[in-house]
Amino acid sequence: MTQTPILSRDQSSTPSLAQPRIMDDLDQLEAQSIFILREAYRKLKPLSLLWSLGKDSNVMVWLARKAFMGHVPFPVMHVDTEKKFPEMYAFRDEYTKKWNLDLLLGYCPPVEEIDPSLPPAARSAARKTAGLAAMIDKHKFRGVIAGIRRDEQATRAKERVFSPRGAGHRWDVRNQPPEFWDQYATPYEDGMHIRVHPLLSWREIDIWRYIERENIPLVDLYFAKDGKRYRSLGDQDITSPVESNASTVAEVIAELETSRTSERAGRAMDHESEDVFERLRVAGYL
Amino acid sequence: MGDNIVTGQYSETHRAAATPIVIVGHVDHGKSSLIGRLLYDTDSLQDGKLAQIVESSRKRGLAVEWSFLLDSLQIERDQGVTVDSTRIPFRLGSREFVIVDAPGHRQFLRNMITGAADAEAAVLVVDAKEGAQEQTRRHAMLLRLIGIRHVIVLLNKSDLLEFDEAKIVKVESDVRQLLGRLEIEVEAVVPASARDGDNIASRSERALWYKGPTLVEALANVPPPASRAALPFRMPVQDVYRFDGVRYVAGRIERGTVRAGDRLSIGAQGQVATVAEVCRWHAPELPVAGAGESIALRLEPDLVPDRGDLLFPADDKAAAPERSARIRTRLFWLRGEPLRVGESFTLRLATAEHDVTVASIDAVVDLEDLTLREGDSVPPDGFAEITLAASHAVLFDPFAPGFGDGRGVLVDRYQRIVGGAPLIGPAELADGEHAIHPTASRVSAARQVQTRGHKSGVFWLTGLPGSGKSTVARAAELALSEQAINATVLDGDTLRAGLCSDLGFSPEDRRENIRRAAHVAKILAESGQVVIVALVSPLEADRAQARQIVGENFHEVFVDTPLETCEKRDPKGLYAAARSGKIPEFTGVSAPYESPVAPELRLPADRPEQEAVSALAAFILRLVQP
Repeated sequence: MTQTPILSRDQSSTPSLAQPRIMDDLDQLEAQSIFILREAYRKLKPLSLLWSLGKDSNVMVWLARKAFMGHVPFPVMHVDTEKKFPEMYAFRDEYTKKWNLDLLLGYCPPVEEIDPSLPPAARSAARKTAGLAAMIDKHKFRGVIAGIRRDEQATRAKERVFSPRGAGHRWDVRNQPPEFWDQYATPYEDGMHIRVHPLLSWREIDIWRYIERENIPLVDLYFAKDGKRYRSLGDQDITSPVESNASTVAEVIAELETSRTSERAGRAMDHESEDVFERLRVAGYL
Repeated sequence: MGDNIVTGQYSETHRAAATPIVIVGHVDHGKSSLIGRLLYDTDSLQDGKLAQIVESSRKRGLAVEWSFLLDSLQIERDQGVTVDSTRIPFRLGSREFVIVDAPGHRQFLRNMITGAADAEAAVLVVDAKEGAQEQTRRHAMLLRLIGIRHVIVLLNKSDLLEFDEAKIVKVESDVRQLLGRLEIEVEAVVPASARDGDNIASRSERALWYKGPTLVEALANVPPPASRAALPFRMPVQDVYRFDGVRYVAGRIERGTVRAGDRLSIGAQGQVATVAEVCRWHAPELPVAGAGESIALRLEPDLVPDRGDLLFPADDKAAAPERSARIRTRLFWLRGEPLRVGESFTLRLATAEHDVTVASIDAVVDLEDLTLREGDSVPPDGFAEITLAASHAVLFDPFAPGFGDGRGVLVDRYQRIVGGAPLIGPAELADGEHAIHPTASRVSAARQVQTRGHKSGVFWLTGLPGSGKSTVARAAELALSEQAINATVLDGDTLRAGLCSDLGFSPEDRRENIRRAAHVAKILAESGQVVIVALVSPLEADRAQARQIVGENFHEVFVDTPLETCEKRDPKGLYAAARSGKIPEFTGVSAPYESPVAPELRLPADRPEQEAVSALAAFILRLVQP
């Protein structure tokens, strides 16, 4: 195997038996995510990982490389709304090469084809759902790894680590399978797929601390320019920056330690009506 | 491989992971209100959340409802019940917690398990005035079975008892007695009011006699998880990879530690290998790994273990796991239909999968008083002790609260998780008892449907002798074959010519005949076949037994030809013989026929036979279509 250089550690008390590291919270989250990714790779074929180019999905790609000794042994999928920031496209091209990723590109239908009863920003966001559904059908994926977290949004807090999607990719929130003791659902009917959520237990600040610890690259839109930065990256027209002077990972972490606003405050669709997010998710939105 | 330079900062502060706390209890005893209050009192609300609660409450014309904070799904707010568990982080001083809110509604037990199974401690909310109720007992039982180590009891709504010491001490003693029966150690019993905030974060002015901890103090006292590092090593193999010409045996260490140079036994076959290297990617290099780590091992010799093989120390007999093909286990049962002896499942144990059959139901928990009773089935959402027979020896460690050992899960042929099985230990065989270890098909129901193009089912035709059961069954068999559906007909005379040739027509023999037919039908249906049974099966009780044997695939069809018609037809001359006394106990003449009360399909005699055949074939087609 390719050896990783040794991290400087205190080797002075070296006699015979080295002791394992005491696992801190990030070690535990990492170990759990690796376990989940390995379960997905073993149980769900064909499998793909949704790479939105945001911080969470970069962490997810990184964790996949941890799980598979530096490799990502399944394709990563970018479902392009064609309205992302130019910085994101540049990032995608650079790291597809650097990380040796098998990139699949999907495109989204125009907004005119989307359910007109949705509020405007949600309708725009629903384009991604339609694009994703088309990709899943085309490649007949049985597993799709997605980087959602429980702490992002109340509806996501109800999710399973392995979340079955039935016909039409619908999420049956009222009838989810039991999930306990690290035993996950597997597809039981043709046409079903499983959404796999390795980051479900991570919080926003854990993501940032892990990015700092592992030195994971990010699009620099996350860092403050002229007193503003993006805390969450969606489409250009429905995502707005927040007031911030945090221009490094460490500064972002310091800012989050004291922040009391929600991460998705800059996502327009979350504020349009009380139930819009649940409606989007039932139909297959992440 | 790029990026292989570790430049990040590995924390030396050892920030502990958040402690998961599950809140359980009977519906309306105040779980969600408690959580809302706890978040408010510990200042854990995000900006805007409080305003949202006030606004939501106002819209519905209610006073401020703490529980709205959690009930984020529309359905929950509209019905006023929590439908699925949810998780909320909060902080007490330097310690982080995650609250798991579990629903109280009985049909949502599986959601509660989903939320509660990885909690370190539980708060059991009990209405001080109502005391322990059905779900209080159910949830307490579950806390024990899923292995929660620390339980705090919150006597909510104590204001309804005016915080009266004598009354509260009485409730406390009842609850302690209940939990004592479950061998649950109670950390504290806190008289409180979530609505008013008494003894949640601050000490109640109304219960000055109470010297125990507030809820927040009791939570802060929950010890951190027990270390699993000192126990003998266990790693269930999760997968085996080959990358860059190197074979990696991947898995998560359940307990103990592993070092380069350790000799390990692999699974039940007894192969032994030495750990050549403990491998990680982009992590501090260490020749050792401990409980909880997801790692990869390089073995020498370069063996290829199977997923599910347990790796454990090779040279220390005392450190070996249990090994048995018969396992005694506790059970929490999640399927909508009862569990019966003889049913087969896949037992998932960490990453291993074993074919098992329920050999016996040893005791069923009575939820009225939490005692063990005899029983021949486990009801939906019920608890029991059962014995599983596996097709081969299983390596396992008995279940213990707070550890990953022995956490079995039963999965049915539809890949549904139907039960949790905290393993107790190897099952003893009584003297003279002959152990049978039935095997179940490994072909999933979905795969059978795929290869055959249709689902299976048992269509049980009952009716008087001469009513036309066999004729209709055979004609339907032919009609179905034209639709590419293979059906098997089991009719009375054919069975009695062979399999049941030792049986007569006494009630006992008739029952045995039906029992055998039902078992054959079941075996055929489990292999994906459509089965049409044509048997007089005159007694309701015998048909009920057949239904029980076959299970959810059983469909009763009544060939409803009146006695006069049958007797007039008398194709085999049997009625004439019976009337003349040559055949004793002949159904309809000298033995009773009990018509089905609610058959799924009724084939009346006043129509041409071809119509009955079409109706039966259409009925079957509809039910077996994928």
